Amino acid sequence: MKRVIYRELGTGIGFWVPLIIFVALLGVGLGAAYHMEHNGHIVTGMDNRIVWGLPHVFAILLIVAASGALNVASVSSVFGQAAYKPMARLSALLAIALLVGGLAILVLDLGRPDRLVVAMTTFNFKSIFAWNVFLYTGFLAITAAYLFVMMERGLESWTKPVGTIAFVWRLALTTATGSIFGWLVARDAYNSAVMAPLFIALSLALGTAIFILVASWLLAADGRPFDEAVIKRLGRLLGIFAAANLYFAGLQHISALYITQRLAVETFLLLSGGHYPLMFWGGQVALGGLIPVVLVFLAPSRLSVLLSSVLVLVGATVQLYVIVIGGQAFPLSMFPGYEVTSVIRDGVVAGYRPSLPEAVLGLGGVALALAIVLVAVKVLRILPDQLVGEPATMVETPAAASPGLQKAHPAVA
Amino acid sequence: MSRCGIGNSTDCACSGGSSSPVDTARRLFLKSATAFTTVALAPNVTLMAFAEAHAAAQPRGEPVTAKQRWGLLIDLSKCADDCNECVSACSRENGWKADGNSRTDARWIRKVTIKNNKTGATRSLPVMCQHCASPPCVDVCPTGASFKRADGIVLVDKHICIGCRYCMMACPYQARSFIHETLEDQKPHAPRGKGTVESCTLCVHRIDAGETPACVEACVAAGHKAMIFGDLNDPASEISQRVAQFPTHQIRADLGLDTGVRYQNL
Repeated sequence: MKRVIYRELGTGIGFWVPLIIFVALLGVGLGAAYHMEHNGHIVTGMDNRIVWGLPHVFAILLIVAASGALNVASVSSVFGQAAYKPMARLSALLAIALLVGGLAILVLDLGRPDRLVVAMTTFNFKSIFAWNVFLYTGFLAITAAYLFVMMERGLESWTKPVGTIAFVWRLALTTATGSIFGWLVARDAYNSAVMAPLFIALSLALGTAIFILVASWLLAADGRPFDEAVIKRLGRLLGIFAAANLYFAGLQHISALYITQRLAVETFLLLSGGHYPLMFWGGQVALGGLIPVVLVFLAPSRLSVLLSSVLVLVGATVQLYVIVIGGQAFPLSMFPGYEVTSVIRDGVVAGYRPSLPEAVLGLGGVALALAIVLVAVKVLRILPDQLVGEPATMVETPAAASPGLQKAHPAVA
Repeated sequence: MSRCGIGNSTDCACSGGSSSPVDTARRLFLKSATAFTTVALAPNVTLMAFAEAHAAAQPRGEPVTAKQRWGLLIDLSKCADDCNECVSACSRENGWKADGNSRTDARWIRKVTIKNNKTGATRSLPVMCQHCASPPCVDVCPTGASFKRADGIVLVDKHICIGCRYCMMACPYQARSFIHETLEDQKPHAPRGKGTVESCTLCVHRIDAGETPACVEACVAAGHKAMIFGDLNDPASEISQRVAQFPTHQIRADLGLDTGVRYQNL
C-alpha cells in the first residue's frame, strides 16, 4: 500500500503566471460588473424577454460543476473507493471554489447587488431561490468542514459521516438548481420534474470533467506524476456520467414531445430554432455527449480522457445556453390557436446577442474560482505528491523534502 | 341661526336634513382647505382628505382586507383595434415611458393583436399584470418583494426587490419589466428604481383613494367603455354581475391562477 503525501504547490512560473492571469481576469470582471450596475442592464444583451443571459449560463455552469466536483471525494468517503482518496481534498476544494465563483457572478448580475444583505435576511420560503440561499451557503460550510476533517489529524473517523452529509447536500443543491427551471409552470421549455435529475447528471459529468482538467493542470504545473491508469479510471466515471446526462436530456425532450402543447417549443429547440438546434445536436449531444462516451470507453488514454473532459465542458456550456437562453427565446403561449403580435414582440422568437460585459463578468467568475483553487493549493496541503495506482489509507508521515519544488512544506497523510 | 352654527340656514347636515346650497359650498370649501393643508404639510398623506368620499375603498389607516377582490373585465367587442388610450393613460399616470426600445423599455400595459389561425378573425386587447389569486411571481420571489395584497392587487416592494428577475421568468403573461436604465421624473405615487422589476399596480394609489385605474378612466373617456373595474367579491358590483351573466375568459386559465383580469368576447 502506497503512502499519500500532500504538499503545497511550489512557487514558480507555474503558480505566478496563471495567478496573474486569473487576477487580471477577475479585475476586468469586476469592472464589467461595475459598468453594468452603473449604467444599468441596458449595456448588456439582456432585455425584458431574455431576462437571464450569459452571466447566468456561466453562474449555473459553475454552481452545477461545484456539486459535481465533489463527486470524486464522495466516491472515496461515501462509497469507500480507496483509489479516489488522494484526490478527495482537491475535489472538496474545487467544489467550494467553483460555487464561490458561480455565486459571485449571480450576485453581481443582480439588478441591485447592493441588496445582498436583503437577499440573505429576508426570505419567502415558497421560493426555490430562497431555499438555494441556504443550500449554497450550507454547501460551502459543510464542504469546508469535510475538507477540514480530511486534513486534520485525528479526525479521519469523521470523514465518512461528514462526507455523507456533503453528498446528500449536494444532491439537494443540484435538485434545487434544476428545479429553478423545473418549477416554472408558465414556460413549456421548462416546467418538468426531470430538470432536477437532468441537472444532477449534468453536474456529475461536468464536475468530473473539470476535476480531471484541474487536477491534470495542477499536477503538471508542479511536475507531479498523474498516472494514466488513474486518469482512465476517472475517464470511465466521466463516460458513465456523460451517458447519464444524455439519457436525461433525451427523457426531457421525448417527454415534452409526447405533450401536444409542447410540440411547438420542442420543434423550435430541436429542429427549426436556428442556432439552438445546431447547438443542441452538435454541441450538447455530439460533442458533449456521444463523442466523449465513445472516446473514454473505446479508446481510453490520457489524451482521450483529457479531450473528453474538454468536450464535456464545452457540451455542458452549450447545454446550459440552450436551456437558459433557448427556453426564454421561444415566446410564451398565451393564446393557443392564435397568431399574436404586439409592440413587445409577443408571439415572436426573442433575439439575444451576448454583450462583452456579460462575457467578461462570466469569465471573471471562472477566474475567481480558479484563483481560489490555485492559492489554496499553494498554502494548504491539498494536492497529493502523485496520483498513481492504488493509494493508501491515511498514514502520518514526517516532513520530507520534495524534489522539483522550490519550497516544500511536507505533507500530512 | 341653526344649532350647529353653520350659516343662517334653518336646516343643517348634522341634523339629518338636506343642506342648503350655502352649506354645501362652505363644507366643500372647508374640505378643500383641509386637503390643501394636508398637501402642504404631509405630502405622503395627500389623499387622506378625499378618501372618505369613496365608500368602496378600505378607509385610510386600516389594513387592506380580503373583503374586496379588485378586478378588471375587458370586453373585446368594445376594444378598438387602433385605440391605445389605456396604454397612454397608464404611461402618463405612472410615469413610465416607451422611448423606442421595445426590448428594454418598461411596459406596464400593452395592446396585443390576436389572429385566429383558422378563421383569420382578429381581436385587439390590452394585456397587463393579471393580478392572479395565486401569482407565480409571488411564489418564486426569494425575498418576498413580489407580493399580493389582501384585496388581490399584486405589487413589487421596491425596497426589497434585488433585481433577480425570477418573477419575470415565472410570469405567464410577460407582464413585468426590468428597469434597465437610470430613471428621471418619477411620479411620487408610483416609485420606480433602476435594477428592480415592476408591473401594473392596478393604479393602487387611485384605488386606495376610491378612484378607478387610469386605463379604465381613459377607456371610458374615449367612449369605448371596454374596461370595467370593480370588486369581484361584491355580488352587486357591475363586474361581478357581468362575470356571472356572461362567459368570460382568463388568459392561461389552464394554470388555475384565478386571474383578477377577465376578458369577455375573446
